[in-house]
Amino acid sequence: MAFVALGQGGAKSSAPVKNSSKVAFILLAPGMIYLGLFFLTPLVSLVITSLKTASMTGVIGMYDYGFEPGNYAYAIEQYGPQVIRSFGYALTATVLALVISYPIAYFIGVKARGKPVLQALLLTLVIAPFFISFLLRTFAWKQIFSNEAPITQFLQSIGLLPSDQYIIGTSFAVIFGLTYNFIPFMTLPIYTSLERLDVRLVEAGSDLYASPAKTFWKVTFPLSLPGVISGTLLTFIPISGDYVNASRDFLGGSDTAMIGNVVEANYFRIQDYPTASALSVMLMAAIVILVSVYVRRSGTEDLL
Amino acid sequence: MAEQFVARGQDLELVGIRKEFPGFTAIENLDLKIPAGEFFALLGPSGCGKTTTLRIIAGLEEPTVGKVLIGGKDVTDTKPHQRPVNTVFQSYALFPHMSVLENVAFGLRQRKIEEPLPKATKALELVELEHLANRKPQQLSGGQQQRVALARALVNRPALLLLDEPLGALDLKLRRQMQVELKAIQMEVGLTFLHVTHDQEEAMDMADTVAVMNHGQIEQMGAPEALYDRPKTAFVARFLGQSNIFVGDVVENTEHTIAINVNGQRIAAPKLRSEKHEGKIAIGVRPEKATFHETKPQLGSEHNLVGPGEIIDIRFTGVSNQYLIDVPGFGDITVFAQNVGKSPVVELGAQVYVSWKVEHSFGLSDLPAKADNDEI
Repeated sequence: MAFVALGQGGAKSSAPVKNSSKVAFILLAPGMIYLGLFFLTPLVSLVITSLKTASMTGVIGMYDYGFEPGNYAYAIEQYGPQVIRSFGYALTATVLALVISYPIAYFIGVKARGKPVLQALLLTLVIAPFFISFLLRTFAWKQIFSNEAPITQFLQSIGLLPSDQYIIGTSFAVIFGLTYNFIPFMTLPIYTSLERLDVRLVEAGSDLYASPAKTFWKVTFPLSLPGVISGTLLTFIPISGDYVNASRDFLGGSDTAMIGNVVEANYFRIQDYPTASALSVMLMAAIVILVSVYVRRSGTEDLL
Repeated sequence: MAEQFVARGQDLELVGIRKEFPGFTAIENLDLKIPAGEFFALLGPSGCGKTTTLRIIAGLEEPTVGKVLIGGKDVTDTKPHQRPVNTVFQSYALFPHMSVLENVAFGLRQRKIEEPLPKATKALELVELEHLANRKPQQLSGGQQQRVALARALVNRPALLLLDEPLGALDLKLRRQMQVELKAIQMEVGLTFLHVTHDQEEAMDMADTVAVMNHGQIEQMGAPEALYDRPKTAFVARFLGQSNIFVGDVVENTEHTIAINVNGQRIAAPKLRSEKHEGKIAIGVRPEKATFHETKPQLGSEHNLVGPGEIIDIRFTGVSNQYLIDVPGFGDITVFAQNVGKSPVVELGAQVYVSWKVEHSFGLSDLPAKADNDEI
């Protein structure tokens, strides 16, 4: 599509069409080469690996080229719960991030309009966590939620948490970490949508007898849908494949493993490359299907 | 709630409205009463407070002081969505994510009126856009969008319809056409229309009553003919049409006539058409009421005569010529002469005299910021 756009641009500026398509090709070449090298090649390699068979030599970690679709069946059979859990966590964290982000984005994009200093300050605060490494931040939460931490002991003392249970290692801790880490990815696209919202349309809504709540659901929210869609995609997709938060080294425990953790374990510990690859391919396929259904159902293809 | 929405228009009353924004006062002290079923135009230059007035009536702004009454009921503290008022916004403000039909049905749906879609279709028929019902607003032209905005407001049969310069973005031909349609629709549905505009021709053409607003206050209000024929302030005289205004001390104050001395020449106005009768006052005349002569005419006291002066500009505007005549001591006098072959054929630089009937003069209550004879 970019190619087409460039071609049209060239034609309009009365430059010879042949020439401009050459320019377009040169401009696109770095991107094409990059995608070919770093996206297509690993993808092909991944698919090939996922179909390999165990080596005749019997050495662990050695596999022969082959065509073994059974790897996929094995992966599903073995890791079905983790797959379901991954998408469950991703869905929950995405919804939570949306619920938390929307008011923030609304405040910055609509209420703080005309106050550029406040807007800049709040936007900086939203992305401030990025100034510190993702791993460090997650590790900090591990400290905050640790078994000896005041918050854990407080929850135990008031009986909200049984005295033999802890926060770390629970689904709550993992979903909390996932939500926290991906909130900026949700907030920023929604902010971008709301920042462009024509408040005169909101006034028109109230002029046409819609209460503030009705105006929000009938006017403001639908108009911010492009931001909501891209925000949910930007959180849901990476969360589905995340392996840091759910890892036992961070906020997870034995019952919180997600696909990412399983892939990691199969690659680096068990050295079962075909199963790990099969899981990765399935994760990718599942996300592509889910996302395309989602985008189509929300009817916002033209808005994206 | 239902009885709030009547098929006929209701009257509007603004009592002592004052609106302050941080740093400036948009509306000084506004009292206004618009009878039910009237087409009322609020005319003024941009920044005069007319749009703020409209927003206060719609409930989109709160007055600092004062009351808004619709149909005798105080709605000052009523939220916009609870007021029996609809607005046709300057920007149209059509919902881009809804079809034209859904836009028009929006207000009906909010009020849970039965059969919103058939009613919306009827409203679209009124503005002759029913064939575009399923389009999105951005697929329509400016004029069509404007008509959708009108249908979206009209379909609710509000007690009061507010129009915020809705014709401003249209080209001249379409604007004229829409003016005619708007006026016809208003007559047909019998609603009270409050039309805010800076286009004096539009205001005079459409409205039953025009209020000229300046610096947050209404300077003069009345039927368009009366306003044009006898402006009371220099602002109205110049904003509503054009005027030649002369300033001088009153030298004659008889039973019927007031006359001032301008550079040694007498300019008279009927006493009944003069706001002030002594001191330094301003007297004006409309350019089309004045005529010019190549030789000094012999005229009685029922005429004002100034000159000679030099024609310094001639503008051809189709039906008429506009002459700009520089009369020493009087400044530049504008004279319109219709192109019907009656005016003398003159060229730039010709020396002419300007005259008009005393009965066409009007005496103003204030002095213009800059009089035509200021340069002396």
